[in-house]
Amino acid sequence: MNRTRSTAILLLVVLPLGFAGIWRLQHGIDKQLGALNEEQDQVLLRSGKMMKLMSLEYAPLMADIYWTRVVQYYGSKGERHEQNLDSLWPLLDLTTTLDPNLLPAYRFGSTFLAEARPVGAGSPEHAVELIERGIHENPDYWRLYQDLGNIYYFSMRDNEKAAAAYDAGSKVPGAAPWMKIMAARIAERGDTRQTSRLLWSEIYESTQDATIRDNAKMHLMLLKSDEDKEQLDLLLAEFAKRFARSPKSLQDLVDAGMLRGIPVDPERFAYVIGKDGHAELNPKSPLLKDEPLYRRF
Amino acid sequence: MSAPAIEIESLTKDYPTGFLHLKTKRSLENLSMRVEEGEAFGFLGPNGAGKSTTIKLLMGIIFPTSGNAKILGRPISDVEMHKDIGYLPEQPYFYDYLTAAELLDYFARFYGMNSAERKERVAKMLKKVGLETAGKIQLRKYSKGMLQRVGLAQAILHDPKVVILDEPMSGLDPIGRREVRDIILDLKREGKTVLFSTHILTDAEMLCDKVGVIVGGKLQGVGRPDDIVGMKAHEMEILFDADASDLRSAALVAKATKSGSRYSLRVPEEKVFAALEEVRAGNAKLAAVTPIKPTLEEYFLHLIEKERAQAAAIEVSGK
Amino acid sequence: MSRVAAVAWNTFREAVRDRVLYNLVFFALLLIATAILVGQISIGIETIVLISLGLSAISVIGLLIAIFTGVGLVSKEMEKRTLYALLSKPLRRWEFLAGKFGGLVLTLTVNTAAMAVGLLFALLCVKHSLDGGDATTFIAVYFILLKLAIVVALALLFSCFTSQLLAILFTAGLYVAGLFVSEMRNLDGSRVGPAMKVFFSWISYLLPNFQNFDVMAAAAHGKHLPGILILQNTLYAILYCTIVLSSASVVFSRRNLK
Repeated sequence: MNRTRSTAILLLVVLPLGFAGIWRLQHGIDKQLGALNEEQDQVLLRSGKMMKLMSLEYAPLMADIYWTRVVQYYGSKGERHEQNLDSLWPLLDLTTTLDPNLLPAYRFGSTFLAEARPVGAGSPEHAVELIERGIHENPDYWRLYQDLGNIYYFSMRDNEKAAAAYDAGSKVPGAAPWMKIMAARIAERGDTRQTSRLLWSEIYESTQDATIRDNAKMHLMLLKSDEDKEQLDLLLAEFAKRFARSPKSLQDLVDAGMLRGIPVDPERFAYVIGKDGHAELNPKSPLLKDEPLYRRF
Repeated sequence: MSAPAIEIESLTKDYPTGFLHLKTKRSLENLSMRVEEGEAFGFLGPNGAGKSTTIKLLMGIIFPTSGNAKILGRPISDVEMHKDIGYLPEQPYFYDYLTAAELLDYFARFYGMNSAERKERVAKMLKKVGLETAGKIQLRKYSKGMLQRVGLAQAILHDPKVVILDEPMSGLDPIGRREVRDIILDLKREGKTVLFSTHILTDAEMLCDKVGVIVGGKLQGVGRPDDIVGMKAHEMEILFDADASDLRSAALVAKATKSGSRYSLRVPEEKVFAALEEVRAGNAKLAAVTPIKPTLEEYFLHLIEKERAQAAAIEVSGK
Repeated sequence: MSRVAAVAWNTFREAVRDRVLYNLVFFALLLIATAILVGQISIGIETIVLISLGLSAISVIGLLIAIFTGVGLVSKEMEKRTLYALLSKPLRRWEFLAGKFGGLVLTLTVNTAAMAVGLLFALLCVKHSLDGGDATTFIAVYFILLKLAIVVALALLFSCFTSQLLAILFTAGLYVAGLFVSEMRNLDGSRVGPAMKVFFSWISYLLPNFQNFDVMAAAAHGKHLPGILILQNTLYAILYCTIVLSSASVVFSRRNLK
């Protein structure tokens, strides 16, 4: 067979067909391996210290690689609506042992370890452990105190410790002024919706991580809808008092001049009156699905 | 007329050279020649003339830029045809972790010989090239001469019809060279076609039926060794004894060159009798009259000089 | 066929005479040391450590042989001119390549099998009995061998047209890249832009996916592997090697030797 012909056959037949076959096979393999790894998450449960020893000077590189796996792990679990994020802590533990200065890992970890299932791993104690390690290794990064405060405030409902965290953080040079204000606020008034909104807003504004930002946004939207519903309930009670009957729909309130228009939730779906007479989210609103997943007050 | 054993037609080979391989260097230009069956053909030329290039092209080690060639009527791209050819590379090197016997046995497998046949032929070949005692020693311990002999052995192992040898005499001492010459004569006697390249002109003169001279990538001439050198006119050399002090010999001695205790005079063939008369008149004693056959060497050097002059002229003219 | 086998056998013989198989001694010592050390730790993870370490060692040693011997398969013969005599035989260039590939894969098979036997004995010493879950360990060894075959094919390809040093770099580079194929496929589109994401997605299929063959975690924990995965990985390796070897064949058959 002459050489030009064999080159042509290679380029036009062998390579395309071959890689097409590879592509098909790969999907099959991915399925099998995915199923395999679901039973036992794809983490070699070696101790972080042993890993660090084995990586020698490539430890930070290994940390980056494991960090990528954390993001992927969290992302893929989300896609499959998994309840079980058990390997999140070991992965983060490993990552931060390999590179104690990998700040994104601490910040991400503090959020998603603390969040209740299924959004997070539901283990705020691990989140605290992670952040405390982060603070120990990176004492100049005041935002870790912010994260610590948030964990205590939101997930562990310990206002005293939350205030203490914000206070400690406010003393770090370069810390934002509101840290001190927040410390005082919480110490004084405890947890309030407004405080919560301020804390989440701060995260939303300042973070560069898209996942964390989306998470904060979700919290903010739900807080807003809670507030809206509370206000609407007050108006509904007022209506009942005034007109001696329950309103059939929010349009009644508009007609009575109590509302300028039918209010919408942050996802732009109109609120409705539920069966029990209280304001509720529109059945079509995506927030309805998210409501039970996120803990907030 | 039967088909030639080797037939080369307008074979040309360019090599990429220079920075980024943009320029080409022509190492072989339009070579056309034939080697008949049963012929011993000597391929002569200085280093870099294109002899090895031609042989490598024939063996499929490199590929021609244009032109084609056939061996035993089959194109050089036909690998199966290698069953009937034997090849000795220039400065051969073989797997040094094998012994000579193992190497030959390995190569024999490609010719479809069964285990018994291989054993028999390997022993026969080792004997033929004089390596029977060294057969079990690893090749890394072999001298250059011994490697050359292994190379020959693997070239004729399978009793091929055509044998192609690239510089078979190189690196051998005179005894080794004589042995190789004998093997080539054997091959001739067995009716095989032999093509070999060499610088050693006396060997070519002695062994070859035909000789091809290649200089600067171009074939300068093909013919019988005598024919090629016959292109120059013959001269005669007259050797004589004379007494320099003798007045009658003075004129004669002045013309001659001293050669040891004698004098020699070179004259063209047609003037020989006139010269002899001069010798007689000069009171000299005639010792010998010999015709001078120009050797391939002189023809060779003459060609190289011509080639260099041409190349220089081209350079000067700025082409 | 027998011509390919002749080249393969000679390649194997060369590896043996090159004392490549002496690595087995090192491996044996390593296993013994591990088995002794592991006996000191009594948290019930002896098997896990032994299998993890054993498989890692088999993989690393195999890789070193595959890469360092593989890159010399063709280039060494070209540099030393041993190839001249061989090509003058009735041997097609692709048959030569196939034989070289086969010979090194044979060497690796022998080497890996010997190490697997060693691992088996070490396991027996530590566990005192074997169960069904241990079969996974030996499937893991088989997968390592499949992975090594692909690495050999790649090393052979580079050996056909670059120097040994460059071939080592390229082959090792492709190996490392092949370990991160799934990360490539799941790149965060918002961070790198959609064009890059598509580009990397394509590359992730072209690159050899060595993650397919990594079942060390399953083996260490004695989990059962689905039979179909064995078939799929085998086919993957065969198909990928065919692609690479065909390419090598075309490259080599056009190559003018010095």
